[in-house]
Amino acid sequence: TLKKVKKQKVLLMGKSGSGKSSMRSIIFSNFLARDTRRRGATIDIDLSHVKFLGNLTLNLWDCGGQEAFMENYLSQQRAHVFSNVGVLIYVFDIESRGDVERDLATYVNIISALVQYSREAKVFVLVHKMDLIQPAMREAVFDQRVALVRRKTAEAVSIVRKQKPDASAHPQSPPFPSTQIPDVDLDMQLFATSIWDQSLYKAWASIIHDLVPNLAVIETQLASLGVAIDADEILLFERTSFLVVSKWSSREGERNPYGDRFERMSNILKSWKHTCSKFTGTPRNAEQFSDFEYKMGPNFAMFATKFTTNTYILVCMPPGEARFNSAKLNVAAARPWFRFLDGPPVPMSSS
Amino acid sequence: SVPDVAAPQTKGTPRLLLMGQRRSGKSSISSVVFHKLPPSETLYLESTARIQKDSLNSFMDVQIWDFPGQIDVFENPNITFDIDAIFGEIGALIWVIDAQDDYLESVAQLNNTILHIQRSYPHINVEVFIHKVDGLSDDYKLDIQRDITIRIQDELSDEGIENAPVNFHLTSIYNHSIFEAFSKVIQKLIPRLGQLEAMLTNLCRTCRFEKAYLFDVNTKIYIATDSTPEDMASYEICSDFVDVVIDFTEVYGSWPRTQSWRARLEGEPWSQPVEDQVACELAEAGMVLSDAQRPIMLREVDRFLALVAIMKEGSYEKMPQINLNVDVVVKGLTEFFDITKPKEVKAAAVVEGRKGQGS
Ligand SMILES: Nc1nc2c(ncn2[C@@H]2O[C@H](COP(=O)(O)OP(=O)(O)OP(=O)(O)O)[C@@H](O)[C@H]2O)c(=O)[nH]1
Ligand SMILES: Nc1nc2c(ncn2[C@@H]2O[C@H](COP(=O)(O)OP(=O)(O)O)[C@@H](O)[C@H]2O)c(=O)[nH]1
Ligand SMILES: [Mg+2]
Repeated sequence: TLKKVKKQKVLLMGKSGSGKSSMRSIIFSNFLARDTRRRGATIDIDLSHVKFLGNLTLNLWDCGGQEAFMENYLSQQRAHVFSNVGVLIYVFDIESRGDVERDLATYVNIISALVQYSREAKVFVLVHKMDLIQPAMREAVFDQRVALVRRKTAEAVSIVRKQKPDASAHPQSPPFPSTQIPDVDLDMQLFATSIWDQSLYKAWASIIHDLVPNLAVIETQLASLGVAIDADEILLFERTSFLVVSKWSSREGERNPYGDRFERMSNILKSWKHTCSKFTGTPRNAEQFSDFEYKMGPNFAMFATKFTTNTYILVCMPPGEARFNSAKLNVAAARPWFRFLDGPPVPMSSS
Repeated sequence: SVPDVAAPQTKGTPRLLLMGQRRSGKSSISSVVFHKLPPSETLYLESTARIQKDSLNSFMDVQIWDFPGQIDVFENPNITFDIDAIFGEIGALIWVIDAQDDYLESVAQLNNTILHIQRSYPHINVEVFIHKVDGLSDDYKLDIQRDITIRIQDELSDEGIENAPVNFHLTSIYNHSIFEAFSKVIQKLIPRLGQLEAMLTNLCRTCRFEKAYLFDVNTKIYIATDSTPEDMASYEICSDFVDVVIDFTEVYGSWPRTQSWRARLEGEPWSQPVEDQVACELAEAGMVLSDAQRPIMLREVDRFLALVAIMKEGSYEKMPQINLNVDVVVKGLTEFFDITKPKEVKAAAVVEGRKGQGS
């Protein structure tokens, strides 16, 4: 059965200038990376409701990172900001030399507040502006930061756990004896990102992945479609952000050595949308193309097309005209199976 | 065939020289255009200490020599350069001026260089790249270009030189302008360019295309277009379409599939080699833009070249007819380049082809 519409509170936090608003405007508003250079600092909290597919709304809290605001979130507005959080995204600016200690201290305070008010929340840490690190150094710099952040997170979480649980925050939770701290393995993932390449799409696809309702249904149906049309790979994109919502690969498709291809496809098609919008003079967020076909002789064939109201589908096929044409027809015929992606589902039980 | 008198008579490989002051952007330009370096990563390029030779291995071989900015080849106290070896066979001299910096000294040096080469090599095209114009306003760009043009013309006419082949381009590695400028420079090196252009113009007429380009796929330099007026916007979208196709080619077309995959495709109910299951053995792509259903099409010509065209509104349904016409032009283009290619390359291709058949 299909689950109902979901609203998810997503906190976007990090030091001022770390790149939060830039990434938000690139992913959800189709800005170009180079257009973000003219942004002003975010004042207080910039709230936006991003409709992602028909049945998921992200309440995105872009929290201005200047110190005065940060202090305010952690004190006066603490309960307001940190309750009912589905996801926290914390952005570290990798180039902010010298200030690392202070940035980490703020991070620790935020994790403490989060664990206190939203113990189920998922945490995504983005180590951002990686383009500013020399390519050869990137992996080492990232690994080092990951180790540091993991250690600080573990410390923060265990300190909160040692304290008497805040009665007002968790009225139902039984008090633990201080010797027996339950292992809160905070659900945390870290990504190296930059607005200048596809790494941003990888991080954000992971962020939204677990929030999409009915994911299992989508996956099953994509797989049936893939098998039915003899495809090697199918990607389903959300229409505005072009983040990959779901994907399926055949056994042969899984042998593809390009492990980063999903975020790469998002990045390619998104920048293609830009090119189109510039060429046609239509707004950035408008639908820019309806159909794309590419046949590489006897190697492979593929098409990308508008699928449901909220999605595009990309299908990679083995070569062959007949196979290709029938796949196109079958994908068009499969649209109704996926109609639930466009709106609140019809109640299933009433019949 | 009759030699074309208008074409530059370069024997062997034509050469492009990149010259200009230090940090003017020469190495960045050649890395971005010929090695696909992302523009933002040019920040890490080190200053060039010695002549850096690159080559464009494409439908035509071209060498690109990147000169260290601090070397003055004419008045160098330490080394005497073999001027003839440097300028003897060149196709063009590209002079790079940093538009975001004070350019007077660079212009003076350029004038000096032009005066020197005018004496012995008056036919060399001098292509002035007024570079790093990203971030400059349109008015300011034109002002700079006017100022530089006047400074050069005044100096040359003082020396009694009129009509020297000097051209100006406003460029930046952060957008398509650098590729456009290189396209113009390279086109002047192509023998019988007019014939290529006529083929594309004909194609546009028969298929009712708005604009058609012949691209060097690796560099996205266009080596010819039809006779309709130049139009930056069309070049940009076609060039970006080449990018899209290249990316898909790499991700999905550049790795070998298993034998069992192939066996299944060729078995029941198809019972045919995959080669016979496809309509066209060369890469072909089409993209329909949502506004007015305007399609863009691409067709591979050979391993280096692709034809890209913007079609008229709503002509996607006529694709089968259009494809027939495109087939004819692609065949014509292939023949054109077969004739132009030097003998050794043709021989090498034959050997390669035989190897392909054997396996
Ligand atoms: N804004 C901007 N910067 C550019 C552009 N092209 C190059 N640069 C920058 O200019 C600086 C110098 O570029 P290089 O390519 O190393 O200069 P060069 O002319 O090879 O210098 P030498 O080797 O010392 O002669 C780098 O930081 C580049 O990133 C451009 O189009 N726009
Ligand atoms: N080099 C680089 N700069 C970035 C990146 N992401 C954002 N920026 C720049 O960082 C600056 C601050 O970004 P902004 O989004 O306003 O920061 P915020 O205060 O966290 O919202 C802007 O000039 C952006 O262009 C990145 O990945 N690399
Ligand atoms: Mg901001």
